[in-house]
Parts: sequence; structure tokens; C-alpha cells
Amino acid sequence: MSFINWASREINCKIVYYGPGLCGKTTNLQYIYKKTKPEAKGKMISLATETERTLFFDFLPLSLGDIRGFKTRFHLYTVPGQVFYDASRKLILKGVDGIVFVADSQEERIDANMESFENLKHNLIEQGYNLDQIPYVIQYNKRDLPNVVNTPELRRMLNQKNVPDFEAVASSGQGVFETLKAIAKQVLVELKKGK
Amino acid sequence: MAGPQMIMFDQEFKQISAIIERLNHEANAKVCYLVDKNGQLIASAGETAGIDSTSLASLTAGNIAATSGLAKLLGENEFSIVFHEGQRDNIHISLVGQRVILVVIFDSRTSLGLVRLKVRKISNELADIFNSLAQKAQSSGSQKTPFEEITDQDIDKLFSD
Repeated sequence: MSFINWASREINCKIVYYGPGLCGKTTNLQYIYKKTKPEAKGKMISLATETERTLFFDFLPLSLGDIRGFKTRFHLYTVPGQVFYDASRKLILKGVDGIVFVADSQEERIDANMESFENLKHNLIEQGYNLDQIPYVIQYNKRDLPNVVNTPELRRMLNQKNVPDFEAVASSGQGVFETLKAIAKQVLVELKKGK
Repeated sequence: MAGPQMIMFDQEFKQISAIIERLNHEANAKVCYLVDKNGQLIASAGETAGIDSTSLASLTAGNIAATSGLAKLLGENEFSIVFHEGQRDNIHISLVGQRVILVVIFDSRTSLGLVRLKVRKISNELADIFNSLAQKAQSSGSQKTPFEEITDQDIDKLFSD
């Protein structure tokens, strides 16, 4: 649910990075934070365990510039990927405007990807959304690892709707901004349509 | 999308800002914030300098979301107030009309009792404004949003590094 403020001429949108545990959601945000000019970003918050696993969420506010005199702000969130944090994931999906599904390309994580994708659909429905109606993109992360499944195969499993999808290596930044731009653009196009 | 967008208009923004300014003054608080349930800052009053309000808004919304998750686990409809006591500053967080979150940060210059009293008094006023805002946003659904006229070029321009 975007927030349009006519008084301060701002528009705020919420983007959630979703995906199985250790797929690289936090790494995406860390890279965006590292590479964004100081004036365009706020502080990045990570509510994580002592072992740096996301416990509740990561949060990064980004300012993209003006459209027709309105400041466009994107609030990026990640969810905790581990299966047992489902209650927290549901909370973070509230008010979402766009979703990045980060898949782990490694062969042994295929089941985890599928499970997480089904979990996303299920949790969206619980919050009154539908993945068919909400902007989303898919990122196939960790393409630099030796045991990855090829992209057409991943696409067949996860991207039957043929939404924009990207290969990535979030740790080095490959594909990170392409993914972000694609989802931000989709969210703005959706706003243009007027809900 | 689930639920309509929140749209804030000039007139209501002024009313809301005036109300929380008054709350800040009457409760003798340091700073007051109004945040929407999704973590976006709506308005603030008081000594806001030196506080990262964007982070505060997001964490407050997370806090309220987790608290309401706990309430549902216990079969409660909502825990409408959260209070944290610090060595120097305290934070009083309350839900207003199930829509927005009112955050009051205060120190020893006032008391929890006074803050609670003033928050309760002012919550109804705020709830009324947000109810009428929601109606206004719905009835203006057919009117133009600022984004109807944007072009693909406008959007592309945002991303030209």
C-alpha cells in the first residue's frame, strides 16, 4: 500500500525481498546500501541474530528522485528466510507494493526455493493479496557457484508467469541493481494505472 | 491490492500536525510521531533533530506488528499500547483507530500518567481525521492521482545513472 502525501509531495512504496534461508536477500540490500550515494539512502537496519541470520527484517530506505515534483521513496525490506519464522514473514508482507523473489540457484536448494515460493503465495493470500495482481520479479542468485541449476530450468520451475527475471551474484553486485530497477519500475507503472 | 492506498491531503496534514504539536506541548513530551501501520512516517512534532525518523517509523511499525501478532496468539484482538522505559528516555506507542501509530518519546520532565491521559484524549480526534481521510481517498478514487500522467520516460529518467 503506497502512501501518497500531497502535503509534503512524497510518495512512499514498500518492496519486500522474499526467498529461502541464506539465498542472499540481506546481501542484496547490503550491496544496494554500499553502492548508493549517501544523500539517496537512509540508515540500513538489520534485526539479526548473533550469527547474522535475519531475525525479523532488514530495512533500507532509498530515495530515487523526483517524478513530476513528487519525491519517490522506496522502503526495502527483507524477510527472515528460515522456515520457522513464518509468523514474522507474514507481518512484513503487510502493505507491500512489490516483491523480489530471490532464488538460490544451487541444486541442493531447489526444494527450498519451491517451498518458499509456495509460502509466499500462501502468505500473500492470508494478507488479502494475490501474487497474480502484485508486481514481482525473480532473481536467480549465486550464479558464480559451481553446482548451479541452469537458468531455463529455474525459470521453468519458478517463473511460469514469465515476469522479469535476472541472474545475479549478490555478493559482488551482479544483477542487484537490475533487479531493483525492474521492481521499482513495475511498482511505479502499477501506481500510474491507479491501484 | 489489499486495502486502498493511504493518501494525505494538505488540509488534513495541517490538522494532524497541529494536533500532535498540541499533544507534545500538553504532555510535556520531547517528541511525538505519527506513523502508518506499514512503517511510513506521517507527521512529527517536537525535538525531532538528531532522531532518525525513517528508522524510528519502520521499527515502530515492526514493533506494533509483532505485538499484534502476539495478541492474536493469545486470543486478544489487539494490545493497543506498548511502553518502553529507558534510563533517560521512555517511549509510549499506541494504536489510533486501528490505522495509525502514535509514538510519544518523553523523559523525566513529565510522567507516564500524564502522557497516557493526553494520548487517550487526543486519539479520538486523530481517529476522526483518519476516518474522514479514508473516505475522502475512496471518494476521490476516480480523480487523478499524481501518477496518472507520468510517462514511461519519467520512470526511465529516475534510473538513468
